[in-house]
Amino acid sequence: MKKKGKVVRYNKWGYIFLLPFMVVFVVFQLIPLFTTIYNSFFENYRSGLMQVGPNFVGLDNYKRLFVEGDVWIYAKNTLIMWIMCFVPQILLSLLLGAWFSDVSLKLRGSRFFKTVIYLPNLIMASAFAMLFFTLFSDGGPVNSLLMQLGIIHTPYQFLSHVGSTRGLIALMNCLMWFGNTTILLMAGMMGIDTSLFEAAEVDGATSTQVFFRITLPLLRPILVYVMITSLIGGLQLFDVPQILTNGTGDPVRSSMTLIMFLNKHLYSKNYGMSGALSVILFIITGILSLIVFKVTGNDKRKG
Amino acid sequence: MAKNEKQNVKQGMGVHARRAIAYVTLIIISFFCLFWFYILIINATRSNGEMSSGFTAIPSTHLLENWKNLLAGTLPVWSGMLNSLIVAVGTAVLCVYFSTMTAYAIHAYDFKIKKYVYPFILMIMMIPTQVTALGFVQLIGNLGLEDSFIPLIVPAIASPVTFFYMKQSMESSLPLSLIEAARIDGSGEFRTFNHIVLPLMKPAIAVQAIFSFVSSWNNYFTPALILHDNKKKTLPILIAQLRSADWLKFDMGQVYVMIAFSIFPVIIVYLILSKHIVQGVALGSVKE
Amino acid sequence: MKKKIVSALLCLSMAATMLAGCGSDGKETNTEKKDNTQQEAGADNAESDEGKVLNIYVWNEEFKSRVAAHYPGYEEVDATTGKIGDVTVKWNITPTDDNAYQNNLDAALLEQADAADDDKIDIFLLEADYALKYVNTDYTMPIKELGITEEDLANQYPYTKDIVTDSEGELKGLSWQACPGALFYNREAAMEIFGTYEPEEIQKYVKDWDTFTETAKTLKDNGYSIVSSANDTYRVYSNNVTSKWVEDGKINIDDNLMKWVEDSKKLVEAGYVGTHDMWSDDWSKGFYPDGKVFAYFGPAWLINFCMAADTEGSIANAGGWAATEGPQGFYWGGTWIAAATGTDNPTLVKDIMLTLTADEDTMIDIVKDDDDFVNNKPAMEAMAEDESYQSGVLGGQNPLGIFCKGVDDLDLSNLSPYDAGCNEEFQGAMANYFKGNATLDEALDQFYKAVVEKYPELTY
Repeated sequence: MKKKGKVVRYNKWGYIFLLPFMVVFVVFQLIPLFTTIYNSFFENYRSGLMQVGPNFVGLDNYKRLFVEGDVWIYAKNTLIMWIMCFVPQILLSLLLGAWFSDVSLKLRGSRFFKTVIYLPNLIMASAFAMLFFTLFSDGGPVNSLLMQLGIIHTPYQFLSHVGSTRGLIALMNCLMWFGNTTILLMAGMMGIDTSLFEAAEVDGATSTQVFFRITLPLLRPILVYVMITSLIGGLQLFDVPQILTNGTGDPVRSSMTLIMFLNKHLYSKNYGMSGALSVILFIITGILSLIVFKVTGNDKRKG
Repeated sequence: MAKNEKQNVKQGMGVHARRAIAYVTLIIISFFCLFWFYILIINATRSNGEMSSGFTAIPSTHLLENWKNLLAGTLPVWSGMLNSLIVAVGTAVLCVYFSTMTAYAIHAYDFKIKKYVYPFILMIMMIPTQVTALGFVQLIGNLGLEDSFIPLIVPAIASPVTFFYMKQSMESSLPLSLIEAARIDGSGEFRTFNHIVLPLMKPAIAVQAIFSFVSSWNNYFTPALILHDNKKKTLPILIAQLRSADWLKFDMGQVYVMIAFSIFPVIIVYLILSKHIVQGVALGSVKE
Repeated sequence: MKKKIVSALLCLSMAATMLAGCGSDGKETNTEKKDNTQQEAGADNAESDEGKVLNIYVWNEEFKSRVAAHYPGYEEVDATTGKIGDVTVKWNITPTDDNAYQNNLDAALLEQADAADDDKIDIFLLEADYALKYVNTDYTMPIKELGITEEDLANQYPYTKDIVTDSEGELKGLSWQACPGALFYNREAAMEIFGTYEPEEIQKYVKDWDTFTETAKTLKDNGYSIVSSANDTYRVYSNNVTSKWVEDGKINIDDNLMKWVEDSKKLVEAGYVGTHDMWSDDWSKGFYPDGKVFAYFGPAWLINFCMAADTEGSIANAGGWAATEGPQGFYWGGTWIAAATGTDNPTLVKDIMLTLTADEDTMIDIVKDDDDFVNNKPAMEAMAEDESYQSGVLGGQNPLGIFCKGVDDLDLSNLSPYDAGCNEEFQGAMANYFKGNATLDEALDQFYKAVVEKYPELTY
């Protein structure tokens, strides 16, 4: 009886510690979010400086988005570019993480490498895109290098082809974010009890075995985190393609992402359409995250 | 026995080959990571005219000149740096401190609404920031908080993504028994959090502090909507302003110098914080 | 900047020589007059009970430096504040990136009616691309309500007024600049291919679009592109349309623009021109002889400041360009001053507008100090006649006459508030057609879709 009372007394601290988050969240995110959802049922936009609406239109905004069918194309573009970026990124990060944590490799200068990989993330996306633009222009250094090597004879127009445009976007994102992922994984690997590795060594396990049997399972909570945040980040893919294609999503909108599409509606202050699109985006993200949670299993196991 | 030996030999040969592969890969990757800084610096040494003649990898001689022009212009470069620092440090501190606190609330306590709170926060994590931007700006206008750092810093208290990370890493590195022990020693809950939990979570905090510092440092979108007074502006807005300069003053050399200038502090902060991560990892592997 | 200063000095001395005719007395009267106005302005403000804060919304420092240098009595306090008499001038500077300037301005204008007098916007600046968005609303004040008469503005180029005239014919803004364009061609290439670089002779090869296309073939055979990109000619076509982008809420594509599509497709497919974006490295490679670009369309500022005149080895540096009118007249660039309805400083606003956009002496000063092409027809035409004015980048040619001729009969009455979005999306969508990534119908479809996203009230 006495003990229970004490627990309850402690547990009120749960609420206290939760309070700042909740207050700030309600004020700065929830209120704007509810306005967004509410707006999705109205025709509400600005034409120049003239406000049109709000007129209640029910689900018309949603209908228009689906009937015109563009949402699916942009969702597909986004997913393709996310996969093109995420798969190499996670593989690279796991590989680097494994190397850095592999004691038998005795890598020298690993501290230098560990530090360097995150650096591209420090450059503003807009500055980064400016540099990419220069490098991959028709008369740019990449083309002249390829021509000197005799691989191509006329300049390859990187930003005029679907594959190469998406590839460049994926490459830029990958470069910017793989260091981030590797740091997360390394930080996760620190939590692993080193005696486990020693035991495995004694048992004569190969590093591959150690990696798949010990490191990977114990990394699961962090891996789930990486997967989910990368997925969310991927669905919110915006600044790199926006800047690289100058907001057009060229060629023929094949690199237009969902958020770029959303941005087009935000440009005209179209609260109605952008609200509806946001809700759809919210649902898509929710479903995909649920799938990831299910596939990776509940992270109940303790590290 | 024989099998075991064979495996050992195989592994022994593998180590050299794997080490070689690892080095080559790491060097290539490092090249691709550092290359951009090289071009940025090269471009910062070139004049606007030289830049239009196309790209070269050879530095030119206009670095000081570009820098002097930048300072001679009317953009408050140093106050921009100071503002960026205030906002980014404020954001990073509030973000990690309160996210850890929130994660701790969920991790260490049992209370009625807990089972709803956790999935709820996961849900809101999925809301793209752009979605609420318009409502956010209206709200700030109504609160009269334009040209103030509050709307840039305070919302960081509710960062679901950082919270989620903290929660995940507490799961693997913060045993509840430790908190029990502190309670038995008579430590208050708030004290326990500040003096026991926070130090224990240091590596995770360092990681998230870097991330939030960098993203706040490079953020253009929100500050551009809120800050209009030149003396309050952060570096990314000043860079954008430099890029929209009229034709008489337009100078890519200055833009690149400014970009290079604005990257330095982030690099320093990163190097300081990354020590915690890198050392931590190193400690783990030294023990062998 | 040193080099830049050198080039600016060069222009300055050029301007000085061209004004040599006026002699030094002209200059003295000038200063005298300035002093007078200064006193007057001071007196006006002291007597009036108008507001004590002048709020000005801009996206860069250009206008601020013009006011600081040429408006009598302006004192700089710090980077975003100044003083005129006892009125404090507050500059609200928001960059144009991501539409931030317009978003900020819109928000402030919508609050204008409820704002305290000292917070009300008094002056804001506009670019041609979106001018009508503001001009067609009551947020901009008709110029005549400020007490500025048509006679005051008689010397301005008509096209600069067309751009800021609302649907009821009311003039709502003024500009101190004019940016008429010309065709700059490479003298050396002209000599090599056509055997002459005389503007009158070269003009024959580019006198209309069909001849232009034929000439493109000749140039291609000699290893040159006639212009760098299909986007180069867009502005010239779009300045000469005979219908608006939007008629009765329906998107309308003018015949001249379809002609641009047709002509450009031909040029691109034959390999005569590229499809680069303006300002990209590929576009600007023709600033150098190795780029093998025959010509660029542009106003005076393009060649003076953007074509690498201060860089060794560029064509401009060697004075290797020459100017001719080209197939049609056009303009490019410019900034307009608008007065916000509800301003509590109408007298001061009027005086700033008049001083900068209608006062001949001030405008000549602007030419001298800042190398702007000012919005004053007689003054610019007088300079066009002045043989002592020679442009270094144009190898000693005086191009002002050509610039003046181009805009004289430019008719911009077919502007619509949707021009910025339509022009941008049209060029973007057509680039896909030129490159062969889409058929014409697909490209048009993409264009319509993009415009409706931007302007939901339109149909097609």
